[in-house]
Parts: sequence; structure tokens; C-alpha cells
Amino acid sequence: MVSTAQQSAISASDLSKSYGRFEAVRGVSFEVGVGEVVGFLGPNGAGKTTTVRMLSCFLPPTSGTARIHGLDVRERPRDVKRLLGICPQEDNLDPDFDVLKNLLVYGRYFGFSGSVIRPRALELLEFVALSDKIHAPIQSLSGGMKRRLVLARALLNEPRVLILDEPTTGLDPQARHAIWARVRSLRARGTTVLLTTHYMEEASQLCDRVVIMDGGRILIEGTPQSLVDREVGRTVVEAWNHGEEFAGFLRGLPGRLEEVGDRLYFYPTEGDHIERLLEERFPQQERLIRRATLEDVFLKLTGRALRE
Amino acid sequence: MRTILHNVSLRSLRVWQRDIDVYMTNWKTEFLPPLLEPILYVFAFGFGLGSLIHEVKYQGHTLSYVQFMAPGIIAIAIMFWSFTETTYSSFVRMYYQRTFDAILATPLLVEDVILGELLWAASKAVIASAIMLGILTALGLVAWPSGLWVIPLAALGGLLFSALGLVVTAVTKNISSFNLPMFLLIMPMFTFSGTFFPVDILPSWALKIAWALPLTHVSFQVRAAVLGWPDPWLWASVLYLVVLTLILSALALLLMKRRLIQ
Repeated sequence: MVSTAQQSAISASDLSKSYGRFEAVRGVSFEVGVGEVVGFLGPNGAGKTTTVRMLSCFLPPTSGTARIHGLDVRERPRDVKRLLGICPQEDNLDPDFDVLKNLLVYGRYFGFSGSVIRPRALELLEFVALSDKIHAPIQSLSGGMKRRLVLARALLNEPRVLILDEPTTGLDPQARHAIWARVRSLRARGTTVLLTTHYMEEASQLCDRVVIMDGGRILIEGTPQSLVDREVGRTVVEAWNHGEEFAGFLRGLPGRLEEVGDRLYFYPTEGDHIERLLEERFPQQERLIRRATLEDVFLKLTGRALRE
Repeated sequence: MRTILHNVSLRSLRVWQRDIDVYMTNWKTEFLPPLLEPILYVFAFGFGLGSLIHEVKYQGHTLSYVQFMAPGIIAIAIMFWSFTETTYSSFVRMYYQRTFDAILATPLLVEDVILGELLWAASKAVIASAIMLGILTALGLVAWPSGLWVIPLAALGGLLFSALGLVVTAVTKNISSFNLPMFLLIMPMFTFSGTFFPVDILPSWALKIAWALPLTHVSFQVRAAVLGWPDPWLWASVLYLVVLTLILSALALLLMKRRLIQ
């Protein structure tokens, strides 16, 4: 056990957080290996952010333990935070300083001298494509630029573990892809990354492994592809404006049928011949046959009901 | 006490440094109020009100009203600059700018943030009182070198009132709620702490209350320093202020921890 704990970048064991009678996180256990990129998925209120905040020493766990490279978050918060790069959900850049000064002041919190931090800050601004904004006031930056600056700030202390809490929420596609490119290049350099996200595509694109949470618990974890294969199979049939005859036909086939409003989802156990079969029997039926995605897994496990 | 002091460290100076960096980028506007305030008060109250009140009997001496009041406005400034810094300004940093959250993602802990904020607010009181001391000296209202005692008194009083401010901030839900402690704590001290008139003219029950107010001790000792009449009760006042400062700082830390770590 000791040796696995040392190999893990992050290791959580029976981690819980309660607020009075409300249990935000109910005993989650997981490991993140060194150099691994792991995504935490879950609807709002699933407990993702609370878990992340316990790992980054913001919240003391109600019970259970969490270790970063073997260091207990409760006993060694200063040392743990030295190893972490934290990108919070809300931008909390210092509006009293310009872009470069934000990094210099932040580096000072880590105890780095100006001569160490300045070249590193300039290099990171280059990395996140903000070199031409060095002296821009924070208020003048777009949402995407702010996120990139927060990412640069999280990398200042050359963290061994990067924690990204919803890194691309609210960004336009260009800005999102810019963040993804940075995360991929960090992954190539061997940085361990834990990210939370609502976007299944983000998780599929970036993560070696995903963990799906709901109601404060971990429902399932694995590689994105293995979860898709295991939970929903290869193919999904979506149909609309369909009659009872069509639904009845699908019900007779091996697989899982789901009707949501006026739309029908069918997850066949054997997807290879479904297209030909439907073409023969219901050539006029409006439908879409597509590959199953992580989103199908997510909706199957967490349901389609609105959370808020 | 040991658990409270457990995480206190010199890293709090990083927080102090951050605040002073912000102050220095706006120094032109920051220096102006403490520069103009004494001039305004001295002319309005000192010469205006002073033309009605010709002299004040104070500790067996007779003073002009402006001489009496000038140290009072330094004492008020010590309270005002430190208290507003850890109420309105700290609240903006904590709640709107989320600066504390950003700092807590680094090796600094809540204790460092709180101590840094206290040190900075006290520094602001020291800077303001030093500027006012200069202006009042130019107006011929300060005895030297005893006037220099104002600086350590400003540091102590600044710590006290900034701790009081943080206690208030820790339990305040929104920024407009600060009007209440302003009215209940700061205004009574502003008027009844021997700032604009000697406390001994108060009825005895009110006098007891006045001596419980920390600003009474600050204004009394600042006046002794500015007038150059050493006060035999100096160390008793200092002790009282130190004890209050320690209690309020511990309380501020406790309540802020509860607020920031949930």
C-alpha cells in the first residue's frame, strides 16, 4: 500500500465533506498516477468542485484522507500547495495589477525572488500567447485571455500536479481549443492533470481516464473509450417523428430503448447491421445513426432530469 | 492561544507587500486625504470653532482650542484609516476580487492573509499619521522630539482598529452592512474619546464608558506626545491597548477562518 501511495500523484481514500446534514461528498476513493490526465465529470452539485477544493487544501475534509505525492493535505498544506498549480473555476486575477505584475506578485507568494520569477513569467506569457499583453490591465482582457493568464499563473511554481476546475466553461470555441492545446502540451511534458468539466468532448479530447460523479459519489471510472464500450456500446440510433410501429420494432431487438419527449434513443447490443436493417424496414423514418459518445454514458448514468 | 498562533509566519509579509504595491501605484491619490484632512479640520474646527471657544483647561494647563484639537484629529485618523482598510477594502479584496482565494492557492495559509491585512492596515494608519504630524508641525502645533511617539502609537492603535475591522468584516454579509458598525462603533468613539473636548467634562457614568473606549487611550497618549507633556499613565494605556489588540486579533483570525474555510 505504501509503495502505491508513493507512486500516485493524487490519492484519496474515503474522502467526505458534510455541511450539517448535507453530504456534498460521500466517501470517494481514487488514485491519479504520475503523468496521468484525469477528468472528473458530473452534473452540477455532483461534488466535483468540493472534491477538488479538498485536494487543494481549501476545505478540510470531514473524514477520510487525501495525499498529494504522499503528503497529507491536512497535515502539510504548505508543502502540498507548493506542489500544486491551481486554476479555480472563477477568475481571481488581481485587478489592481497588470498582466505581468499579476505573475510577479503571485510568484512572491511562493517565495521566489524577482530574478527567478521574471524570466519564468515572460516565458509562460509566451506559452499562453499573451506576450503582447504584458502591461495590459486585467479589465481589458477577454474571458479567454483571463483563463490563459490564470493557467500561466498556475504554472509559475512548476507544479507537479495541475488542478483545473472547469477550465473552459463560458469560453468560445477558439479560446477553448487554445486551452486544450496548452493542456495537451503539458501532458506531453509529463505534468499530472486533474480537471473537472461539464463538456464530454473536453474529457474525451484530453483525458487518459475519466471519473463520473453524482450525488457526492463516484459512479464509474475508466478510459473514455472503455466506458463508452462498456456502458452503451458502439452505436446509437436517434429517431424523431416516429410511429408506435417503429418503436415496437426496436423494442424487439436486443438493446436499450429510451424515449425522451418526442425523441427516441436506441442503444443496440449489436450495432453492425442496424443501419441496413432500418433501411430495409423503415426507409422513410427520420433518423440518425451515430457512434456512441461519452455523453451517452453520462446521460445513462446520471439521468436526463435537470439538476437546478 | 497556541493553536491560534500555530500557523502564524513571516509569509504574511507577502500579503503586506501586495497591498503596499497597490498603494504605491496610486500613491498620488492615496497621499492626498491625510495631507488635506488636518488642514481642513484645523481651519474649520480649530480656527472656526476656536473663535467661539477661546481656551481649554486641560490637566492644569490652559490651551488654545486648536492646540487641544490637533492631536485629536491624528487619533481619529489612526482609527479611521485602519478600520476602513480592513472593513471596506478587505471586504472588496475578499468578496469581490477574490484576492484571498488566489493567495490561498499558494503556500500561504489563512493566518498569513489575516496577519498581512492587519499589518498593512496598521501601516496605513502610520503613514497617515506621519503625514499629518508633518502638516501640524508646519502649523507649529507639535512639540519635538516627543511628537515622534505618535508613530509607535499609530502602529499600536492601527493594529487594534484593523483587528476590530476584520472582526466586523468576518461576520458581514454585504458591503452596505458596514454602515451599522460605522454608526455604532466608530461614530461614538469619534465624538466621545477626548478628541474634540476633554473627557473629564463628561458626567461620571459617561466618563467610565469613555475610558473603556480604545480611542480615548489613543487620543490621550497622542495628545501627551504632541503637546510634550509626558503622561504618567502612558504604560497603563499601552498595556490596555495591547491586551485589546491581542483579543481582537485572535477573534478576527477565528472568525475569518470560519468565513474563508467552509
